[in-house]
Amino acid sequence: MSAGKASTAHTPKRILVLGATSGIAEACIRSWAERGDMLYLVGRTASKVGVVVDDARVRGAAFVDSAVADLDDTAAHPQLLAHAINSLGGLDVAFVAMGTMGEQAQSERSFDAADAVLHNNFIAPASLLTWLANYCAQRHTGTLAVISSVAGERGRKSNYVYGSAKAGLTAFLSGLRNRIDREGVRVLTILPGPVKTAMTESMKGSEKFADVNKVAATIVGAIDKGGDVLYVPGIWKIIMGVIKLIPESVFKKLSLGAE
Amino acid sequence: MVYPWSMPATDDLQFPPAFTSETEPAFTGKAPLESWGRYPNYNANVVSLHWQGDYPRVIDGVHHGVLPVGLGRSYGDVGLLKDGTLVKTTAMNRLLAFDAETGVLTAESGISLAEILDFSVPRGFFLPVTPGTKYVTLGGAIANDVHGKNHEGAGSFGNHVPAFELVRSDGTRLLCTPTENPDFYAATIGGMGLTGLISWAQLRLKPIASRLIDYEGIQFHGIDEFIAIKKQYANVEYTVAWLDCVSTGRNFARGVYMLGEHAKEPGELKSSPEPKLVFPIDAPAFALNKLSITAFNTLFFHKQIKSHVKTQQDYEPFFYPLDKVLHWNRMYGKRGLVQFQFALPWETSKEGTIAMLQEITKSGLASFLAVLKTFGDVPSLGMMSFPMPGFMFALDFPIKPGITMPLMQRLGDMTKEYGGRLYSAKDACMTPDQFQAFYPQWEKFARFKDPAITSSFWERVVGASFTGRSVRTVGR
Ligand SMILES: Cc1cc2nc3c(=O)[nH]c(=O)nc-3n(C[C@H](O)[C@H](O)[C@H](O)COP(=O)(O)OP(=O)(O)OC[C@H]3O[C@@H](n4cnc5c(N)ncnc54)[C@H](O)[C@@H]3O)c2cc1C
Ligand SMILES: NC(=O)c1ccc[n+]([C@@H]2O[C@H](COP(=O)([O-])OP(=O)(O)OC[C@H]3O[C@@H](n4cnc5c(N)ncnc54)[C@H](OP(=O)(O)O)[C@@H]3O)[C@@H](O)[C@H]2O)c1
Repeated sequence: MSAGKASTAHTPKRILVLGATSGIAEACIRSWAERGDMLYLVGRTASKVGVVVDDARVRGAAFVDSAVADLDDTAAHPQLLAHAINSLGGLDVAFVAMGTMGEQAQSERSFDAADAVLHNNFIAPASLLTWLANYCAQRHTGTLAVISSVAGERGRKSNYVYGSAKAGLTAFLSGLRNRIDREGVRVLTILPGPVKTAMTESMKGSEKFADVNKVAATIVGAIDKGGDVLYVPGIWKIIMGVIKLIPESVFKKLSLGAE
Repeated sequence: MVYPWSMPATDDLQFPPAFTSETEPAFTGKAPLESWGRYPNYNANVVSLHWQGDYPRVIDGVHHGVLPVGLGRSYGDVGLLKDGTLVKTTAMNRLLAFDAETGVLTAESGISLAEILDFSVPRGFFLPVTPGTKYVTLGGAIANDVHGKNHEGAGSFGNHVPAFELVRSDGTRLLCTPTENPDFYAATIGGMGLTGLISWAQLRLKPIASRLIDYEGIQFHGIDEFIAIKKQYANVEYTVAWLDCVSTGRNFARGVYMLGEHAKEPGELKSSPEPKLVFPIDAPAFALNKLSITAFNTLFFHKQIKSHVKTQQDYEPFFYPLDKVLHWNRMYGKRGLVQFQFALPWETSKEGTIAMLQEITKSGLASFLAVLKTFGDVPSLGMMSFPMPGFMFALDFPIKPGITMPLMQRLGDMTKEYGGRLYSAKDACMTPDQFQAFYPQWEKFARFKDPAITSSFWERVVGASFTGRSVRTVGR
């Protein structure tokens, strides 16, 4: 049976989520499910994907399908995406939420570790976006919403490997937007400040980080409304504006910590 | 691979040792969790559980004991473990299945009753039993086998939980129902988290037609009038009374008897807005004194001007009047509060309640909120459940050095003499002697305890010698 709420005539959107087990993505998925959207959910851990799918179904998603896939495997992307889009019967929104922070200390000592972080946060999303952008551009429709990070706005000693991958991703998105905006495809760069999720659990002061449900509500709203770059919570636009103004000679002495 | 330049011999280079990462439990080591009473207050590591499959892996290598916890709405120390590891379940809050025919909802244990209501009310379903706050988790509600205003007809929370999964610290996963692993089922309902982690559970919701409650409020003077009203309205679903335990003489044991039933005519079924008021900071210790409490009690009594009121109200103020202000416990300041909550058998209910009210008046300690209700005779399914047929009485005391604790001891002893028991979920003061008299089945229960799990409450009431700190290592 459909346990859907008596919803006020919302045309279901076909939404593909890459990294659907992310805390931020899951909170978005809940609101999409509640309003009856169609979802294709991809994550790399089967048991996690399973419960996220259950939750979306129970909340009233009009359609839920899923795949368990390691998105680091770029060779598998075309097949995976084709399968997902076929299953949804088209695509209105692709939401790329995957990411890993890695251990900065580990990345400093071993390039293998740094490579994995760069690949996971930059190369793999870039591959996904290349395929998705071409698909959407051909059809002159669709929204590509991608989570990058304020960590990519300026390299800091505490997380520059992760930060540089996100910087690359942000630049990639801005270039991509300029290429395909005229084709009728929207690209939304999402730049969260610190958010309370599994990723930031062990960080100092994490109890003061932004609430994941509030962040998700802002993201869901921005995907509906449109826009190019979303800082969330909004205050991070101002904070990063200031941080970017600090001369490097001063900045290097500040050694700013957490994300 | 051929390089266009020559690589130096590797032994000329000094590399730091290769990085090895051990899988360590994700300790946050940060702010200790507080219980609702903010007393006692202990440090502990907190590990957040995001996925069912992460337990018991997240406690690998933990040496000082473990305790699963929910939203920390228990008052005393059932949800605390001094210097141990608390496994916080609130990030594990997914809905897993819902059957709109039977109303059975399956969800992960960290979901709050507030989140369940957000989902179920728009679909025309309500909680089968609810405590006086919706900010408790499904797991916490089972582990204390909580009761609501409908105990007479519905029994306690566990009566509506047909199945759950219990995960032991050795990784064993037990499906528990009244017929499958029935001992673990009974031990875990009201088992204070000590038998293992409840990972998911089923809850039988009940249909409602509207958010509204048909409400009746009736003033009474004294316990006899309370009993008379109870008899007269025996078939009303929700009943509870607020009692003024500050006033003496003519106004001794005056109160308002509150009755409610879900409105039958179809009405609005949307989810509740989020509460906006948060009690901002700790009130200074003097804020709650006899004067302010007396004023509050008088106001409350006369808020209802007529002696008998009949109206309709939303379910939020009816069930959760205190949830309007998040963290109202801060009103009691840093010193915190203790709650005293007893159940007495019918034979001693009246006499015992009056005697204890007099004892409280004598102490000069005032209480904001005193609640009096009756438990019915639907048997609880839990081995260690609190309810027994008769009176249930609860009140909060501010912690006043030299006064509160001795009073709690006297009241505990009186409860024992009158053949009643105290509620572990609200307790910070029971002695081992009192606990073991209230719950003589505790030794049988202890056989189902998980060896890695313990709580400060358990160590207090059965003695550290029995729990044996040495068996608190998780070794797998
Ligand atoms: C304002 C207010 C009103 C209240 N009114 C009532 C009332 O009317 N009736 C009533 O009965 N109670 C009432 N309570 C008490 C409250 O309902 C219980 O203490 C409840 O158990 C708290 O749930 P929690 O999620 O906060 O759990 P916590 O307080 O965090 O933990 C409670 C217990 O549950 C165990 N636990 C938690 N999660 C799990 C899990 N997943 N697996 C195994 N064990 C677990 C813990 O180990 C602990 O022993 C009230 C409390 C407040 C603050
Ligand atoms: N939280 C913050 O403070 C913050 C701030 C700025 C930006 N961000 C970004 O926000 C996004 C979401 O993060 P989050 O906070 O929600 O953290 P999270 O809960 O840890 O989510 C990250 C998710 O990405 C998944 N993932 C990683 N690599 C994958 C791969 N190769 N294939 C498939 N799935 C993969 C992980 O799956 P598994 O669980 O199975 O490993 C995990 O579910 C990330 O891009 C992150 O960089 C977060």
